[in-house]
Amino acid sequence: MLTKLAGASVYDPVQGWAGEIRDLYFRDGRVAADPGPDAAIDEVHDLSGHILMAGAIDIHSHIAGGNVNTARVLLPEQHRNSMARWLNPPGLTPSMGFAPSGPALRSPLAPAGLGRTAEWSSADIGHRYARMGYTTVVEPAVLPANALDAHLQMADIPIVDTAGLAILGSDDFLLGLLRGKAGQAQVNDYVAWTLRATRCLGLKVINAGGAAAFKWNVRQFDLDDVVPYYGVSSRQILQTLQRAVCELGIPHPVHVHCNNLGVPGNVETAVATMEAAQGLPMHLAHVQFYGYGKEGAKGFSSGAARLMEAFHRHPNITMDVGQVLFGQTVTVSGDVIAQYDRHGDASPGKWAVWEAECDGAGGVVPYRYRERSFVNTLQWAVGLEIFLLAEDPWRLFFTTDHPNGAPFTAYPELIRLLMDADYRASVMARLDQEALALTLLPHLRREFSLHDIAVMTRAAAARLLGLEDRGHLCPGAIADVAVYRPQADRRAMFADAAWVWKGGRLVVREGAVVDRPAGSALTIEPCYDRRIERDVKAYFDRFYSLSLDHFTVGGVAFEREDAERFRSIRAA
Amino acid sequence: MTDKTSAKVWENVPSPFCGIASDDLRIEVCGSSVRVLANGDAVTVPGFERPVTDTAPRIAGEPASLEDAVRRAAEILKEARLPVFSGFGTDVNDTRAALALIDKVRGIFDQARAAGGVRNLLALADSGWIATTLAEVKNRVEVLLVFGSDVEAAFPRFFERFVWNRETLFGQDPARREVICVGRAPSGDAAVSPDGRRPQVVECDPRHLPELAAALSALARGASLQAETVGGIPVVVLRGIVERLRRSSYSVVTWVAGQLDFAHADLTVQQVCQMVALLNKETRAAVLPLGGQDGDRTASQVCAWLTGYPTRVSFARGFPEYDPYLNDASRLLKDGEADALVWVSSLSPAPPPAAEVPTVVIGRSGMQFDEEPEVYIPVGVPGIDHAGHMYRCDNVVAMPLYALRDCGLTTAAAVLAAIEQSL
Repeated sequence: MLTKLAGASVYDPVQGWAGEIRDLYFRDGRVAADPGPDAAIDEVHDLSGHILMAGAIDIHSHIAGGNVNTARVLLPEQHRNSMARWLNPPGLTPSMGFAPSGPALRSPLAPAGLGRTAEWSSADIGHRYARMGYTTVVEPAVLPANALDAHLQMADIPIVDTAGLAILGSDDFLLGLLRGKAGQAQVNDYVAWTLRATRCLGLKVINAGGAAAFKWNVRQFDLDDVVPYYGVSSRQILQTLQRAVCELGIPHPVHVHCNNLGVPGNVETAVATMEAAQGLPMHLAHVQFYGYGKEGAKGFSSGAARLMEAFHRHPNITMDVGQVLFGQTVTVSGDVIAQYDRHGDASPGKWAVWEAECDGAGGVVPYRYRERSFVNTLQWAVGLEIFLLAEDPWRLFFTTDHPNGAPFTAYPELIRLLMDADYRASVMARLDQEALALTLLPHLRREFSLHDIAVMTRAAAARLLGLEDRGHLCPGAIADVAVYRPQADRRAMFADAAWVWKGGRLVVREGAVVDRPAGSALTIEPCYDRRIERDVKAYFDRFYSLSLDHFTVGGVAFEREDAERFRSIRAA
Repeated sequence: MTDKTSAKVWENVPSPFCGIASDDLRIEVCGSSVRVLANGDAVTVPGFERPVTDTAPRIAGEPASLEDAVRRAAEILKEARLPVFSGFGTDVNDTRAALALIDKVRGIFDQARAAGGVRNLLALADSGWIATTLAEVKNRVEVLLVFGSDVEAAFPRFFERFVWNRETLFGQDPARREVICVGRAPSGDAAVSPDGRRPQVVECDPRHLPELAAALSALARGASLQAETVGGIPVVVLRGIVERLRRSSYSVVTWVAGQLDFAHADLTVQQVCQMVALLNKETRAAVLPLGGQDGDRTASQVCAWLTGYPTRVSFARGFPEYDPYLNDASRLLKDGEADALVWVSSLSPAPPPAAEVPTVVIGRSGMQFDEEPEVYIPVGVPGIDHAGHMYRCDNVVAMPLYALRDCGLTTAAAVLAAIEQSL
């Protein structure tokens, strides 16, 4: 079937399209070249007066797995509160967005019946992302022991494609290899085996070694601190894993959550980590949480300028922001040292930590970012400084580290803050002025263009992840398309897309979900020397709680075969 | 297809029944009969070996076709104003299918084993915890405190697999581990170390367990108690126990919530969790809530990601609502609020409670009824008759289950989907 999307103003940075009026064609789920004047077109949508982009891609959003389900169980009242907002006329308060719309795995698609049940469910994640024009989302923290859980949950997220990043660095097997002075080749094999066994797209390192050190009662863990018993430093773990990703040819660079998250003065940790990358590709996640100096009367100040100066000196580094936005959320992280450290700030006052299977750990701490708070205002401002100081939108990515800085449902608010300097100023007027005075933000008048948004949330995101079939509208690309009605209020514009197609299927119309196809899970299948399996099996047999036979992920989707669910982007 | 005439032996079979996911069973399948040849226990052996008796559905006790039984079940649901679904000894897909149906008929989801699980869930949702998992226990535990529970009665292989293992990652000799049982004595010798050391046992009457937990939590906080005994136990003994945990580099506190069967036991669980959180100010300690038998954790986990709530969820108003008290199936039936009962239990042979409302059972073949339900559709067992997934008691680890035999039984998921389709 040939579909024509006629007359929209199209933004595709990959092809250099910056708002020209164009027609776009797709056939059988893929973007097609202009078929010429004689082609029989089955369906035409007149999109004149609209903005058209490829489907958006979220490179870092916690949407599945142990932390996410623990957060649901820890905070049933959050969910209830969102229901109350739904039952009463909606004020568009950003919900936490874990959820929603009820199992309704097969419920009939009454327009009113979709997206209106619970807030907080796997279904709601898919619906709410789709409504904003997102079609691909990466869960950035899949603990291998928890990978099957994460995939079972992701398989119930409708519409969007998903992918996971597997966490290594605090697992006793890797630390044992390093303690035993194993060669880089053996580490590479283990990384490749892990990515295959967990069916992930890339590698995540969280406060390398920190979760293992916490089990030895270590409460603070810096780049050159050493994991007890193993005698290896965080830096050594990080560099070994980074090298493995490079040598295996995995497209997505090692995705790093640095040491010292949230600690005043930690901008130096972020800069030291950039230097530790030794010129090789490395992605630093949610850097807003590392943009802190320790100047000023309160010993807490913006380090954004210092961070961005270093960023501009290190073209091998990419970063995503992890913007903070005000309101209630919950922080979830594999950085158990950071999560335990801040449990006293839990709001409401409850929190959960879990350590898992000699593999890592997790922590869930609810939190409310307040406009009147010095600290929270500073965090908000640092994130925006990072965005506005970035010279190259191709290396800086748009995230809130959902739900840590804010729920992903708040993205439209963030877009408005970036695109509208007057709006930004009006928000600043409500905030803690002492904190703002420690930042450059009041002086930054830059406004992002639609082209910049398309780069950050589409073109660059796909390139960073190695997803060649999306993030652009070249012939052959997957027909993931988002169409917005231009509005002066950019938040309203991006909150509810006018049309969204996923793989050529119309899934959203005027902000309402009209179809919910199942998505795919994107994976990479690097090759490795099979002898590593023998070593892992011996480890499992001696020390683990289950047999290696029962570790590999498969059969996760309801009434779908693995061949339909999993799609390898390529064998690296 | 399975050869029905000769026996086949399967190695490394995971058990969906025991909650700690023993996955080293050797099992022989001969036709429809199953025998555990190695590594079975008092929970897994009956779980696997229960014979297949029924393969045909029944309506009001009379044999019926699957189509007719599905149609009759759909009629009952169409007539019901508030159908309650319980049981849920099930795997992931059975639970997914059930929740889709419950959503559609605006029913209520509960679990036969929810009472125990809810005690933990309420403690978690009120203050939280620091929890650990089985492999961490196996490699790191130095002192294990069992609170108010007889672990081996519910988890016969827990000590063998995770406490008295042969070796650990860090060169600790597991045989030197210490076990302290507070509030209840173990029923057997599983907690006795391989070199014959018996656990320290401090018993009290079960009705004193709440104050015992409160005292331990207070002592961990550093409070000095005016009382000299708690539940008949000298405070000095309790202080010694807390001190022992404080000196331990990694202690684990466990309990079986299903056995803490008294009013407001969630508050007792909460005190135990608080004690462990407080110990972490100085050293490392974690809780391990044991449970999850017969798919109990599985159904709760699936419900959490599909609805946002772990269990006892009502869809009566068209969206999920959580209330662990109001949505209790036994209360709904007793008070006459529910007007139909659907019992979904593909793992456990436990029959539904006697109910005066029309009852549909989608249950494991071999289920025995005191009172024949209106509709009974026998189904196969995930992990014996078909593949599936289960969650362990520690929530982190999901495990695959495998098909070991084919005796023509359909899955609960397929039956539930068929009912949904015929509404």
